Amino acid sequence: MVPYLRLEGIRKDFGSFTALKGIDLDIAQGEFVCFLGPSGCGKTTLLRVVAGLEVQTAGRIDLAGRDISALPPAERDYGIVFQSYALFPNLNVADNVAYGLVNRKVPKAQVQARVAELLAMVGLPGSEAKFPSQLSGGQQQRIALARALATAPGLLLLDEPLSALDAIVRVKLRSEIRSLQRKLGVTTIMVTHDQEEAFAVADRIVVMNQGCIEQVGTATQIYRDPATLFVAEFVGRINALPAMAHEGGLRVGTQILDCQHVSVHGHTSGRELRVYLRPEDVLARPIAPGDSNVFEGLIEKIEFMGPYCLVRVRADMLGAQALTVYLSLNYLAEAQLEVGSRLPLRLLPERMRVFG
Amino acid sequence: MSTTALAPQSTPVRQRVHASERIAHAALAGVALLLLAFLAAPLSTLLIKAVQDSGDRFVGLANFISYAQTPALMQSLWNSVWVSGVVTLVTVPAAFVFAYALTRSCMRLKGLARAITLVPLLAPSLLAAISLIYWFGNQGVLKGLMQALGIDQIYGAPGIVLAEIFSTFPHALMILVTALSASDARLYEAADALGTSAQRKFFTITLPGAKYGLISAALVVFTLVITDFGIPKVIGGNFNVLATDVFKLVIGQQDFNRGAVVALLLLAPAVLTFAVDHWVSRKQTAMLTARAVPYRPKKAPVFDALMSLYCVGVCVLILAMLGMALFASTATFWPYNLQPSLKHYVYGLLEAEVDVALINSLLMAGGAAVLGTLLVFVGAYLLEKTNGPRPLRSAVRLLAMLPMAVPGLVLGLAYIFFFNEPANPLNGLYHTLTLLTICTVVHFYTTGHLTAVTALKALDPEFEAVSASMKVPFYKTFWRVTLPICTPALVDIARYFFINAMTTISAVVFLYAPDTKVASIAILNLDEAGEMGAAAAMAILIAAVNAVATLLFMGLGWWVDRHTQAWKAP
Repeated sequence: MVPYLRLEGIRKDFGSFTALKGIDLDIAQGEFVCFLGPSGCGKTTLLRVVAGLEVQTAGRIDLAGRDISALPPAERDYGIVFQSYALFPNLNVADNVAYGLVNRKVPKAQVQARVAELLAMVGLPGSEAKFPSQLSGGQQQRIALARALATAPGLLLLDEPLSALDAIVRVKLRSEIRSLQRKLGVTTIMVTHDQEEAFAVADRIVVMNQGCIEQVGTATQIYRDPATLFVAEFVGRINALPAMAHEGGLRVGTQILDCQHVSVHGHTSGRELRVYLRPEDVLARPIAPGDSNVFEGLIEKIEFMGPYCLVRVRADMLGAQALTVYLSLNYLAEAQLEVGSRLPLRLLPERMRVFG
Repeated sequence: MSTTALAPQSTPVRQRVHASERIAHAALAGVALLLLAFLAAPLSTLLIKAVQDSGDRFVGLANFISYAQTPALMQSLWNSVWVSGVVTLVTVPAAFVFAYALTRSCMRLKGLARAITLVPLLAPSLLAAISLIYWFGNQGVLKGLMQALGIDQIYGAPGIVLAEIFSTFPHALMILVTALSASDARLYEAADALGTSAQRKFFTITLPGAKYGLISAALVVFTLVITDFGIPKVIGGNFNVLATDVFKLVIGQQDFNRGAVVALLLLAPAVLTFAVDHWVSRKQTAMLTARAVPYRPKKAPVFDALMSLYCVGVCVLILAMLGMALFASTATFWPYNLQPSLKHYVYGLLEAEVDVALINSLLMAGGAAVLGTLLVFVGAYLLEKTNGPRPLRSAVRLLAMLPMAVPGLVLGLAYIFFFNEPANPLNGLYHTLTLLTICTVVHFYTTGHLTAVTALKALDPEFEAVSASMKVPFYKTFWRVTLPICTPALVDIARYFFINAMTTISAVVFLYAPDTKVASIAILNLDEAGEMGAAAAMAILIAAVNAVATLLFMGLGWWVDRHTQAWKAP
């Protein structure tokens, strides 16, 4: 199938700085894709290149089978929402939403009906006569969304739309954006630096770093199966243990790990490696007799997080490196664990990731 | 997916220019052309004249050398420098204390004190010189007191210094009030929490915070004084300064080449000021973050009383200056018959034909307010909100900032050299009111430009992007959104142009013809003719016109606010 949006070899230089180093990406029609990455990774630049607000130094963009690489923004087909809302402060809500419609010589009654429909869609019916300054941030962003969707564009671009909102509004609005996008089926790209946000809304996540795509995949793929060291460290919380390849297995500290699930065959014995393991992949229970990869840890620090705690444990057998694990509040209480206590822990071998 | 690898592109992708964007590019090119023709080209002519002899042959630095070998001219240079230095040393601390009172004390009637200090801006700067002559001149009221203090006569350096202090005070005050207002209360709270003494707080927080304001105020005052023409002309007597030298060399002796040399000398401090100010404003913006909490002064009876006393003193001096001019202008025959009469006003307006000059002034000021505002705003908009070719934008940006560094006298001189040249196709403009208006717009361009840029920068930078995504051409958004939001700034810019056009002397003194004489020049002529009373009357008249204009502009601002800023009300 032909992708709805295709980026080929997109490169962007700002003077001697290269913001995008040859991006290739296909996005299918109706897909919700998030560009995720730390600040300065190029995600916003990539979005602006798609929008035609920045001109790529090299590369080709096809939208709905049309080469739009050199087209000015007005000749592409998209709606855009910015972090700052960018609502026209001197126009009321109706005029803001109708801004793009009026220009297309749509009859007045039709414009009114469309505005009412859009406002109902974003959950603010009847707010036509209000000015943006009379609305809360979340409401303003809904209006901005309605305005971007007014002309029924084929592509919706969201540039950190939720970053300026407070936490509760952010969570509510993101799920509304997601269900609206499902309903309309509009292909959507959202830029965000908030991984939780990306996990919550995206069909696929594009993890970016230093102008390159590190990995493209669903939330689960990105989290469970990070393709690169960067993704493993950037997404979620993770433990990194220095290890050494040892006769087809792994040696961490004095312990030889059972890791038949992990491919370390490419590495010659004695080579230094890193083992990555998420906190939830180190279990305190259940541990059955005979389980492999079990070791004893010493609790150094307990950080209260609500239903569970982040616990830092040190295990002599694993060398100098401390591990962070999640332990439920209930378990800590039951087992009467506190700083200085010792407990057995088991590493889940099938969850380990090894990077050279 | 295609299997052929993308061929490495040697030329960068170029976005096609949308049809509506071409309009913006053409308009920007238009602004650039205007600034080239009426700013860059005249200034280049001036630079060229300085290295040519009267026969237009290149002579290198010969004019500069001959200048340096003329003792009288070198004396003027020294006079200019030390007088400007003294004025700076007095005005800046005086204005600092006043600004401190306005921003850091709880004294009462701050608004009134502020308003009084702004009054001198409404009149031509030479009004101060005229007043001083009535106070301390040959027939002055306080001549005896002055002589008892050891000053023989007011004409010369003492008069220039006093009059310049009076006329530069508002400029320094405005800069320092801004600098002192930009203070973060949290710094003072932190200092209080550490038990810091008031004196230490002043030297470690207040003064460093206002440092850039002080530098900038000092430079502005120095430049204003060294390039001012009106005051030394009226009260300078035989005390020559650079500004009067230029006039004598060019108008009196027709020695354009040495005139150009002196003009370049005047350009030097202005360019330096401009450069330092540019550097300072960059530093200043970095100091205050968006999260800063504005400082609120606390009541301190003794301190507040001292500050009030000082401000009252300054205000009384300012009012004494203005009052004397007003009083003298209505006195029948100074100092013998002080009966109030409108004799000087009638004489000035009718017999000396200042009525024509006043109408010329109003035409010029109105023209500058309308044309100047239009040009400045459109220019600033195109720079800030459209993406024309980069070299063109850089050129316009530079040209828009340049007038700040060019004293009026230098600009006026450059205009003569450029427009008086018969070979110039624009030669027809010479001596016309149109050229006077254009010269005034260019002279005051930068302040207007900066006001417009500030207003435009306050708008969300994504308006244009959003409009483009909705396929709305930029000019519709300009008309429906940008312009309505910025109208208060437009009113400010128009008022600034109007008031300065009414009072300016330095640029236009070289450019007028008998039928295009403006009121501020007419005052100078009346003074030369010995008609001091009429000169005072006309200066007061200009101040009155400006006061009325200010009120009208305020009314307009209020009306505009009601009709275009309704959205601001919560």
